This record gives sequence, C-alpha cells and structure tokens, in this order.
Amino acid sequence: MNIKTAGFLKNSFSSRNRLREKAIYIILIASSLVAVGTTAGIILSLVFEAARFFTLVPITDFLFGLNWSPQTAIRADQIGSSGSFGALPLITGTLLISAIAMFVAAPLGLAAAIYLSEYASASQRSIIKPLLEILAGIPSVVYGFFAALVIAPFIRMSGSGFGLEIASQSALAAGLAMGIMIVPLISSLSDDVINAVPTALKDASLGMGATRSETIIHIILPGASSGIAGSMLLAASTAIGETMIVVMAAGLAANLTANPLDAVTTITAQIVALLTGDQEFDSAKTLSAFALGLLLFCVTLALNSIAHKIVKNYRVKYE
Amino acid sequence: MNRHFSVRSKHLATRHRFEVIFKWFGRISIFLALGFLVLMLAIIANMGAGALQQTRIALDVPLLQEGFDINYLDEADYDGLIKSALRQRFPDATSRSQKRQLNNLLSIEAPFTLKKYVLKNPDTIGSTARLWFIASDDVDLFFKGSIELAPEGNAGRLISEAVAWVNELKAAQAIKTVFNFNFFTGGDSREPELAGIFSALVGTALSLLICLAISFPIGVLSAIYLEEFVAKNRWSDFVEINITNLAAVPSIVFGILGLTIFINGFGLPRSSPLVGGMVLALMTLPTIIIASRAALRSVPISIRHAAIGLGATPIQTIFHHVTPLAMPAMLTGAIIGMARALGETAPLLMIGMVAFIVDVPDSIFSPATALPVQIFLWADSPERAFLEKASAAIIVLVVFLIIMNLSAIILRQKFQKKFCKNNF
Repeated sequence: MNIKTAGFLKNSFSSRNRLREKAIYIILIASSLVAVGTTAGIILSLVFEAARFFTLVPITDFLFGLNWSPQTAIRADQIGSSGSFGALPLITGTLLISAIAMFVAAPLGLAAAIYLSEYASASQRSIIKPLLEILAGIPSVVYGFFAALVIAPFIRMSGSGFGLEIASQSALAAGLAMGIMIVPLISSLSDDVINAVPTALKDASLGMGATRSETIIHIILPGASSGIAGSMLLAASTAIGETMIVVMAAGLAANLTANPLDAVTTITAQIVALLTGDQEFDSAKTLSAFALGLLLFCVTLALNSIAHKIVKNYRVKYE
Repeated sequence: MNRHFSVRSKHLATRHRFEVIFKWFGRISIFLALGFLVLMLAIIANMGAGALQQTRIALDVPLLQEGFDINYLDEADYDGLIKSALRQRFPDATSRSQKRQLNNLLSIEAPFTLKKYVLKNPDTIGSTARLWFIASDDVDLFFKGSIELAPEGNAGRLISEAVAWVNELKAAQAIKTVFNFNFFTGGDSREPELAGIFSALVGTALSLLICLAISFPIGVLSAIYLEEFVAKNRWSDFVEINITNLAAVPSIVFGILGLTIFINGFGLPRSSPLVGGMVLALMTLPTIIIASRAALRSVPISIRHAAIGLGATPIQTIFHHVTPLAMPAMLTGAIIGMARALGETAPLLMIGMVAFIVDVPDSIFSPATALPVQIFLWADSPERAFLEKASAAIIVLVVFLIIMNLSAIILRQKFQKKFCKNNF
C-alpha cells in the first residue's frame, strides 16, 4: 500500500467520522431541547385552554369572585350563563393548608437541619440523613391515605372531646400530613445553606467564648437567613402544588374561611375533580381547570424563581 | 450580624442550660419527624396485615348424579349446588334476609371454584365434595377480628344469625385463614375478597419502563451537551433556568400537559401505560439531568486531558472515557427519579389511569392503572374491606421505594469512595 492510498483511506475514515460526530452533536442538542419543549408545551396548553375559558368567564370574576360552584351548568346552551367560577375560596383554601404545613414543617425542618449540621456526629448523620431521605421518598398518596383515614378521624374525635364540631375533612388534617411531608425538604435545603456559612465566622464566634447555640443563633442563622428564606419559599411552592394529600384529605367543599377546623378545598383538588372522568372540552367547567392550572403554574413559578435567585445571591455572598 | 448581644448579663450556668435545651430542641425535631414516619408505617402495616390472610370456609357439596350431564359439565348449575349445600349446612335460615345472608357467606367466586374442581375430577360426581371456598369480605373481616361484635349481636353487615353460623363453623374447624396469594396474582375486583394488585403492578412496571427508556437517554444526553459542549452564554443560561424551574413544576401540571398534548393533541390512547410513562418521563427528566450533570462534573479533568492528548475527538473523549466513569452516579440519579415516578399519582389521574381495570394490561396501549392510583381508588371506596387492601398495597409500594432508595444510597457511597481512593 503506497502512501497516497493510505492517505486516501485515512481521509475517508475521518470524514465519515466527522459526519458521525456531527450527527451525535445534533442528537445532543435535540435532547437538551426536550426540556425546553416541555416547558413550552406546558405554557402553550395552559394558556390556550385558559384563554378559551376567559372568553366565557371574565378574568376578574375568576380571580376575585367569592363563589366557586362549577357543577351548575346542566344543559349545553346554559354554558357560561350558569355556574360561578370565583377562585378566591380555592386560593384561600390552598394558602390555609400550605400555611398549616409550613407552620409544622418550618420549625421542625430548620431545627433538624441545625442539629444535623452543627451537633450531629458523622455516624449520626450517616444514619439520620438516609432516614430523612426515605421520609422524603414516601409518596404523597400514602400521606393522603394516612391524613384521611387516621389523622382526620383522630382530630375529629379529640375535637368532640372538647365539644368542638370539626369537619370530617378538615384543613388541619391535610396541613399536618403535608407539613410532615415537607420537613425533609426544608431540612436538606437548609442543611446545605447552613454548611455554606464560612467556618471562619463560626470559629471566630466560638473562639470569643460564645457557646454553640449562641453561635448558631447570633452568627450562623443571621448569616444563612437569606438562604433559609429561599429554602422556605421552595418548600411553600411544593406545598401549594401538592395534590394527592388534599384530594384525599381536604375534600371539595369550597369554603371561604380561615378556620383550620373547617373543610376547605384547594386549586389542585379542584383540577383533579374537574379533569377526571369524562370531559367536554368546550364547557366552562372543564376549561376552568386549565385556568386553575395556569394560576398554579404562575404562582409556583414565581415562588421558585424568587427562591432560586435568593439562594444564588446567597451563594455568591460567601464565595 | 451587626446586632450586638451581651453575654455579660447572663450567668454561665444559664447559658449552658440554654445550650442543652437548644440541642434537645433539634433532637426532638428529628425524633418527631422520624417518629411520625415510623408511626405512620406501623399503623398502615397494622391496617393492611389482614389483607395477606384470606378466610376460607369448608363446605360439603353433594354432587348428585342428576345435576350433571357428563357431556356438558361446564353448564351445570354450580351456583344452585352451592346454595343448596349452604341451606343443608345451616337449615335454620328461613326468612328472606337470613337466606340472603346465608348465600353471602361465601364469595361470588365459590361456584367457579366448584366448577373447576368438577371439571378436573369428573369421577367425583355422585359423591360429596368437601372444598375450601373463599369467604365473602364481611365474613373475612369478622373472622380476622377487623370488625367487632356490636352489642346487638351483629358485626358490621353480618346479622346475628350469620355471626352464629361463623362461630359454629369455627367450632367445627371448618373455617380458617390461608395466605392470600390472590392479592399478589389477581387484578382489581368489585369484590374486596377477590381484589389483587397484580394488574396495577404490571401497569406500573410498563409505565416505569417507558419512563426510563425515554428519560434516561434524553436526560444523560442533554446533561452531556450542557456540561461538556455548550459555551456559557444566554442560551445555556436559559436552558439551565428552564430545567431548574421544570424540576419544581407541580406534578399535576405535567398531567394537564399529558392530557392536552399527548391525548387530545397526538390522539394517543387514554389510560394507557404509554401516555403514563411519557408524562412520568417528562417529570423525571429534570432530576436525571441535574444528577447526570453533577456526575459529569465529578469526573476529574485529567481524564479528559489524557484522552484528548492521545488524539481522541471531543465526542470520543466524552462517550468512551468520561461517561462510563460518571455512569454509576447517573444511575443513582435515575433510580431516585424512578422511585419518585413510582409513587406519583396526580398526573396519572389526569390522563385517565383511574379506570376500573380487572385485566392485566397486555400492551403499552391497553388501559391500565398503576399501584399508587390503585391505592387511591381503594382508599376512596366505601367498602371497608378495601381499606385493608389499600393499606397492604401501600406496604408493597413502600417496600419497593425503600429498596430503590437504599440501592441508590449504597451505589452513591460506593461511587464516592472510588474517586476518593484513587484520587486522580
């Protein structure tokens, strides 16, 4: 084989190779576009159907209406003329349950994170962390089952012991279960931000004779406060978007109330109620689910963006 | 941090006491969270333990010669045979409600059990067959002690006569519990005593396979692109923000996406594992991308330098050298993503995987349900016996999840050690 042919062979090989590399490169780009496409798909499907809904029901009625009863449209020619789509009771219901959840989860999660990062020995951490991960891995349908069939009857029973009339599907039961569910989320996020506080600050405080708890309260927590706020926001967004617990334990009664012992419903529970079973895609009842979905998406997106921005700035601060 | 605080005013003893209290506050918080987990699983396990036991009742069924035509054995009146055998066993049932209750002692499956027996042993016709039939759910719950005896003598829906019959059977040792294989091999049923999780398990397995087949390759490839090839610019920032936000989108929104785009848009079959798997894949994609990127980042740069230095192209460097080293950590991410997809319920409700499915789905296009959805359906059912089934199904689900999470943890620890030891 002379040099010329060898060169020719080599050349053809590398050009084929180059072609193959180009193809692989295109596949890589295409893969990364799937995530972008998913977001686009979510936004398009929500916005289009919600826009159809807002032609039937004015957006102001939807956002500020006090009455939610989508089930009243009976005949086809009555669509839009009956049924009221005021989402305010759903929004307050969602906020009430999320607030109860955060009330439970924020102190527990934060205290757990402080203990894990500042007090626990390496061996304790190696046991507790996987256990918390298991707690985080339990599906929400399990928490929903437990809330509906164990916590709610228990609250109702202990309430009647005090002569209190408590709804069988109280906001409290759903909120408690949801709170326990997001404890590991808060603790792992807060653990990360607490660990990001420079050791120099901590050592200085300890060196000046402050106790560990004083160092934590006066140095570490103020230093990590923005990061902790970010993780709380992420947890709140998870609570707002949580579905199965509220579907199973909170029910469908749209009450405008701030009483945790009452039954309330949430945005997610209503979406499930509206979109399971047979749907007609031209009725305001079905379309309202997309408006609710859009509302949910916007709120959680806003919370997440703020949270990520806060955490990012926080990290920059200590880098 | 610019807040001043004075320690001079406090006694050292007070400060140390506070230290102890503070430490215990953290301990108690962890204890509460983990204690709740243990309590919840223990209560559910206790509720569901009964579903592993199936109550059987022994009944002598006289197989009279005149009841059968030897050529048409499967057309005999097996239901009538069971009924008359029951009447013979408990002749005191006279009123209408008593008779109805008597026929309700056994599951509606009993005639089929008898038929199967006769078809298998045609030579027993003419004699009396003693068979163990599956008891109805009411008898089952009462016999296992899940329903207490009311002061009026009845137990749940069992009238006092029926309670007496069960007690009589107990005295005659003609009632017993056996391991409930049917729970693991049967599909859903309107009758709680016959309901099983097998069809839901198959639905879950098919959905997860599709989910893995879509999300793992796409996730790893996009991680490679984002981590190894793209320059840091506006576009990469956009994709990055996109993925972080996608990870936090509520799962139900993915369900809406599946409903509008996959089912209404592409016309894919509703309730099918195909659509379920696709929706779950989109949901797990961010998890896998984030884990894979971290995995690629942890591979030492010296590997890349060595490969490039020996003349490998960038694509060869990544696919032949970097990705194989990052694979264990990528797999860990995939397992965690799959574990989350396994428990996901809300998006599957949206795409109609809530139907009542008896048959085992035979393809990815046939209607199916999934294990968590089955739990939701049973928990929602008014029949008390289904609660037992739902609890048992939860235990099965949790066992799967713990296995997956533990294997992810073990894999991760192994992987971490490897890079530390060799110290590239």
